[in-house]
Amino acid sequence: MEEREKLIAETKRWEETTFSKSVSRFPERKKKFESTSHIEFKRLYTSIDEREDDYIERLGFPGEYPFTRGVQPTMYRGRFWTMRQYSGFATAEETNKRYKYLLEQGQTGLSVAFDLPTQIGYDSDHPMSLGEVGKVGVAIDTLSDMETLFEGIPLDRVSTSMTINATAVILLAMYLAVAEKQGVKPEQVRGTIQNDILKEYVARGTHIFPPRPSMRIITDIFAFCKDNVPQWNTISISGYHMREAGSSAVQEVAFTLANAIAYVQAAIDVGLDVDDFAKRLSFFFNCHNNLLEEIAKFRAARRLWARIMKERFHAQKPASCMLRFHTQTAGSTLTLQQPDNNVVRVAFQALAAVLGGTQSLHTNSRDEALALPSEEAVRIALRTQQIIAHESGVADVVDPLAGSYTIEALTDEIEAGAAAYIEKIDAVGGAVKVIESGYMQREIADSAYQYQKGIETKATTIVGVNEFTITETPSEEILRINPEVERRQKEKLNEAKKRRNQEEVAERLSAIKKAAKTTENLVPPIMDGVRSYATVGEISDTLRAVFGEYEERT
Amino acid sequence: MPERKIRVLIAKPGLDGHDRGAKIIARALRDAGMEVVYTGIRQTPEQIVNTAIQEDADLVGLSCLSGAHMTLFPRVAQILRNKKAEDITVIGGGIIPFEDVAALKKAGIKEIFQPGTYTEDIVQYIKQNVKPRQ
Repeated sequence: MEEREKLIAETKRWEETTFSKSVSRFPERKKKFESTSHIEFKRLYTSIDEREDDYIERLGFPGEYPFTRGVQPTMYRGRFWTMRQYSGFATAEETNKRYKYLLEQGQTGLSVAFDLPTQIGYDSDHPMSLGEVGKVGVAIDTLSDMETLFEGIPLDRVSTSMTINATAVILLAMYLAVAEKQGVKPEQVRGTIQNDILKEYVARGTHIFPPRPSMRIITDIFAFCKDNVPQWNTISISGYHMREAGSSAVQEVAFTLANAIAYVQAAIDVGLDVDDFAKRLSFFFNCHNNLLEEIAKFRAARRLWARIMKERFHAQKPASCMLRFHTQTAGSTLTLQQPDNNVVRVAFQALAAVLGGTQSLHTNSRDEALALPSEEAVRIALRTQQIIAHESGVADVVDPLAGSYTIEALTDEIEAGAAAYIEKIDAVGGAVKVIESGYMQREIADSAYQYQKGIETKATTIVGVNEFTITETPSEEILRINPEVERRQKEKLNEAKKRRNQEEVAERLSAIKKAAKTTENLVPPIMDGVRSYATVGEISDTLRAVFGEYEERT
Repeated sequence: MPERKIRVLIAKPGLDGHDRGAKIIARALRDAGMEVVYTGIRQTPEQIVNTAIQEDADLVGLSCLSGAHMTLFPRVAQILRNKKAEDITVIGGGIIPFEDVAALKKAGIKEIFQPGTYTEDIVQYIKQNVKPRQ
């Protein structure tokens, strides 16, 4: 205590002498320095800023509650994070080639991007699919496409993450069916489905059904995987897209964890034991430009989630309280202007994710403000991770920035800010309610608008966009999706439909319908459906007929 | 009689759900004194044209980040012509590579705004190029 008083007095002395002499001659750049979440950065953090409660309680040790310092005891000294580049485009054949290329380049896991028709449950020949087939990801209509996608890739040896939400149950069923054909047992299969429908209503927009039946599909998946696919991450609760839509760092943590609370509660409400499914929950965050705020964000999210699981849901097992997460660098920060600058942005964002203790990482490519990334751009993005891992040295110490007065103070502030939002959301009935009322959407839209105004008034500097500009010479080599892809995919769909047993398909679709109308778990009948080569669109339509469709508020 | 405000329809054709840009533009145009309707996501070109005519829009702003712009933007312009509503100006934005810009303009999209565009520049463009119908 004596030490602290001495420091307070010394700080005052410094402010009145050394600092004030200097600042009167050389004023600071801004009146106020703040983060995206409007956290005001102090000039100087010292041990005065350290909270006085127990170190063990707030920070603890890596691999132990509350996991502030990381979820594994050795972190990257044991094994680096999984380098997992999200990719998929055109047809299953072309994407399969890209996957093999990425695996040869040293990537350690796959991450599947599906096209929008697949994500929204339309076959490639549906009128709504016009122009979208194979564009933002690979087109999958039937199990036959999925077999091609993973041809020559042993599913007992790679882990695969699939960005799929409203139709997650169908694509998971297809993945398990491909594994089955390869002779790989469900218990050997490792991977993740995003399966986070709530953020789709808020930010990403690939929802199909209303929230209630959507939550039921999700809890069916939790229950099925707990018994049959124990190594599968059944959900990846995502702040990424809400951040891309414009939220601040604090909102990202708050809304992600508020959604997570809704999933856990829904699973408990259908009778699942929290410790049976919670260890397979995973998370997905963005990593934006502000290095310090981002590092603190990851640490804050880990601690807050651990406390929620223990105090609110009474989880007993440590693994239930662990926030394991994937990170992607922020796509919305990529500029079309001077695109090579994006390589540098991505490197800093990736560094923050590693310093924040991510379990896996996708680094964006420099050309993504224009199109899907070219192979060369993806290679540089992957090399960025490899340089951080092998050359920078930051992976050699667990949670190396812990104890930094600044990082710890920011971690506390972000945790407190997010907890306050969650309290507000709880008070009005939880995440599903506030999504239905449009609250999260409005909060995010407001932040996005402020951010844009900040750029236009130059309160925020974006290098190459509002400062340090040049006359642009467009000379980029970009990846183009051959317009023939749509026609070829429709042909493949027709052929697959011709080859199958139509009666069997009809029977299995009606079994899915029957299950949808009861509380029977939907995964087994959907597995039977995909095995008969029923299409993504047919299965989705079957569910639409029972569940209805969600109508967006505008 | 005071001059009628410029009426704008901001629309998201296709299946793309990224509407941060669309919402920001809608708000900026509103702040600049225009009357703005935002369609929400997942609109077909037919729906967009119908809404534009119904809302008596002077301008339609299309936003697409999924790469489907080469199919969907020209269709909106074509259907407007089919319905003799080509006096409604169409502009677009999103993830659109440089080499597509000329083709889109040829197809009847008056201007394309790429990432990094200031909302203020779009406001000025509209004020200079679109006159509200009386």
